[in-house]
Amino acid sequence: MDGSGIRQALSMMNERGSGEGAGYVAYGVYPDYRDCYALHVFFDNIRESKPLLDATLAQWGTIEHDEAIPTYDQQNLRVPCTPWRYFFKPDASLAVPGSATPEEDVASALVMQVNAAHRGALIFSSGKDLGVFKAGGWPEDVADFYRIEDYEGYLWLAHNRYPTNTPGWWGGAHPFNLLDWSVVHNGEITSYGTNRRYIESFGYTCTMFTDTEVVAYLIDLLVRRHGLDVDLAVRALAPPFWEDIDRMPEAEREWNSALRLTYAPAMMNGPFAIVAANADTMVGFTDRSKLRPMIVGECGDRLYISSEEAAIRAMEPKIESITMPAAGEPVIGRVAP
Amino acid sequence: MIGSLPSRYRIEVDPVRCMECGRCIENCSYGVFSRDGDRICINSRNCTACHRCIACCPRDAIMLEEHPCDYRSHPLWTREAREAIYNQARTGKIILAGMGNALNYPVIFDRLVLDACQVTNPSLDPLREPIELRTHIGKKPARLDLRRRETGDIELRTRLTPNLRVETPIMIGHMSYGAISLNAQVAIARAAKEVGTFMGTGEGGLHSALYPYQDRMIVQVASGRFGVNIDYLERGAAVEIKIGQGAKPGIGGHLPGEKVCDEISRTRMIPTGSDAISPAPHHDIYSIEDLAQLVRGIKEATEWKKPVFVKIAAVHNAAAIAAGVARSPADAIVVDGFRGGTGAAPQVFRDHVGIPIEAAVASVDRKLRDQGIRNEISVIASGGIRGSADVAKAIALGADAVYIGTAALVAMGCRVCGNCYRGLCPWGIATQRQDLVERLNPDTASKQVANLIHAWTLELAELLGAAGINSIESLRGNRDRLRGYMLDESLMQVLDVRSVGA
Repeated sequence: MDGSGIRQALSMMNERGSGEGAGYVAYGVYPDYRDCYALHVFFDNIRESKPLLDATLAQWGTIEHDEAIPTYDQQNLRVPCTPWRYFFKPDASLAVPGSATPEEDVASALVMQVNAAHRGALIFSSGKDLGVFKAGGWPEDVADFYRIEDYEGYLWLAHNRYPTNTPGWWGGAHPFNLLDWSVVHNGEITSYGTNRRYIESFGYTCTMFTDTEVVAYLIDLLVRRHGLDVDLAVRALAPPFWEDIDRMPEAEREWNSALRLTYAPAMMNGPFAIVAANADTMVGFTDRSKLRPMIVGECGDRLYISSEEAAIRAMEPKIESITMPAAGEPVIGRVAP
Repeated sequence: MIGSLPSRYRIEVDPVRCMECGRCIENCSYGVFSRDGDRICINSRNCTACHRCIACCPRDAIMLEEHPCDYRSHPLWTREAREAIYNQARTGKIILAGMGNALNYPVIFDRLVLDACQVTNPSLDPLREPIELRTHIGKKPARLDLRRRETGDIELRTRLTPNLRVETPIMIGHMSYGAISLNAQVAIARAAKEVGTFMGTGEGGLHSALYPYQDRMIVQVASGRFGVNIDYLERGAAVEIKIGQGAKPGIGGHLPGEKVCDEISRTRMIPTGSDAISPAPHHDIYSIEDLAQLVRGIKEATEWKKPVFVKIAAVHNAAAIAAGVARSPADAIVVDGFRGGTGAAPQVFRDHVGIPIEAAVASVDRKLRDQGIRNEISVIASGGIRGSADVAKAIALGADAVYIGTAALVAMGCRVCGNCYRGLCPWGIATQRQDLVERLNPDTASKQVANLIHAWTLELAELLGAAGINSIESLRGNRDRLRGYMLDESLMQVLDVRSVGA
């Protein structure tokens, strides 16, 4: 799929945005560098900041290739920064000895350090063979700015932002990404203060001034570092109510209860519909009361998750099935091998 | 010569309203009222402002005024400062006091405001949406080993240690049999059972009248080890090691021999009429590793079936101490702030030693988070919790739950007169005198305490709903939902809150 379809789908929901942020992530866009971490960076001032980041990256590993992300001026898009991309191989020997995922540990620590240092460089995309393309503007302008139709991916997320709690800036646009995981989010996480403090005690640093960022880190912690299946991780983030747990058969009650106790500070509250993805999975889930809409469409081997049916029909007019999952019930799609 | 000091209170009886029924005379255990023929005589000097007479007067004939006679006002040489000197000049002794810190420190809770949703996220209505207040007190694993079997079933390979399940994050702290009457303890125990919470025994053992409620009791092991034996440990739902108390950090306790009646003697396992003196330190705890050993000892004795809490007074270094406790097998740490109540404490300790619970709990929470172990241990905040807003603020500052003490006594009638140490409590709460104890009806008193916790629980659900939060764990440590109002910058840093408007 190239990006033109999802651009059109997102356009259907412009009522849900304010022209202050939109973005796309596509998986499978960098096959030539599939073994490298594709670091997408916003430089505030490329002359000042790039030499600093180049030096840091040289310390942490090897830059295989780097270049400006191709962009095309749009009349309605003010560009305060320069988007750049690096194809980077981290030095796995820098990881803590005995780590199960040394390369990932180094890459994520690098992202955290660079973003927390606030030295005019923000790494907003850091996965292999994937790229986030986002900016502060309307979805069509952002898509045209990056010519999103030039990218060919097998899994796409996109988002149209209407910021309220936090400033509308380029870094704050969705999707948020850390390594393999990307997240788009409609809603407001009322437990953000608890979630952020929890995730920061595991070495993550929240730098984007927005609640969605923690979702990416929480999924990274639960799935990559704690080894939970995606559906269990999602269940920890949006667990069943106690009254439902109390009614479960004993074994099920026991592990659900353990999951709630252990990951209480990771549990997310407030209204949300979230779609998260990695290279082989796409998962959509809502808060336990479903205070934000989430619609699921299926057509052949394609899965669509959206806030509105109109967006799905814009991409797939002959959609075969449209369903509305119950509150808190996750929808998981796997990429066919 | 010092001479007599001005009476603190003045009692007046309106002769037109008074019908000379004599209820005031019967009810005042401090001897304010007496009868002289058909006249009621008043000795205001004996008054403690316990309000028992006012509460019992059928004609509203009694008036009470505080400080009817002024000293020359002076910002430094306050009435209290001068009277303490007169008192000590006369006696040469330590001044004893009851209830909580009586100095006029600013109340941090009253400088913190809570948040509510508007537009961008919906507030939740507890009448229509579930709001979960259930809280689990105890050790939690850092991570879970959950495996999916071939059949698709999930297998839990991590063994969880037992937790206390509380239906509301409000528990009742430790007030011993001795400090308060058996009727008061029974009333609290029934209330705890009714609302699904727990209460502490204090260091006074467990009287057999409380056995029916033992699954709601947290049995205390303090430095005097009064009442502690294996039967006692096994009866409790949890065990609490008391290192210190917010009202008197660094010192032990003293129950005067006059209060040690037969029943108390049996419950505490000490001779009748002997003073019950708890030493300042535990004589087997001289360091953090000794504490860890005692925690393990109690765990072994109770076959690792009971959560063990450790209670410390909120002192300057509370955060580091809490981190040390968290490294032991202890399940929960209780932090008791400097406003915590007491039956009796030296005034100088009650008023000057320790720090406020708001700052202590915030720094304990932060320290445990810095070490990545916050969720592995529970934190209970106590000392000066006056209402559901204080509960919500304490939780947002990082507590799992709170202990209330004074509030539960006030629910039973206590007027916070602060004379608990005299053993003459006319409300039947802080006394062992049988005629006074009988004034407290455990049936009605338990209903009042249960009502209070129920009412606070309802208010908490409303506050959570307004903040768009449907489960208490999402408020825990959530400083983003608090703002400081007229707090200084350094204190806001400690509390990790931003200013109103920010």
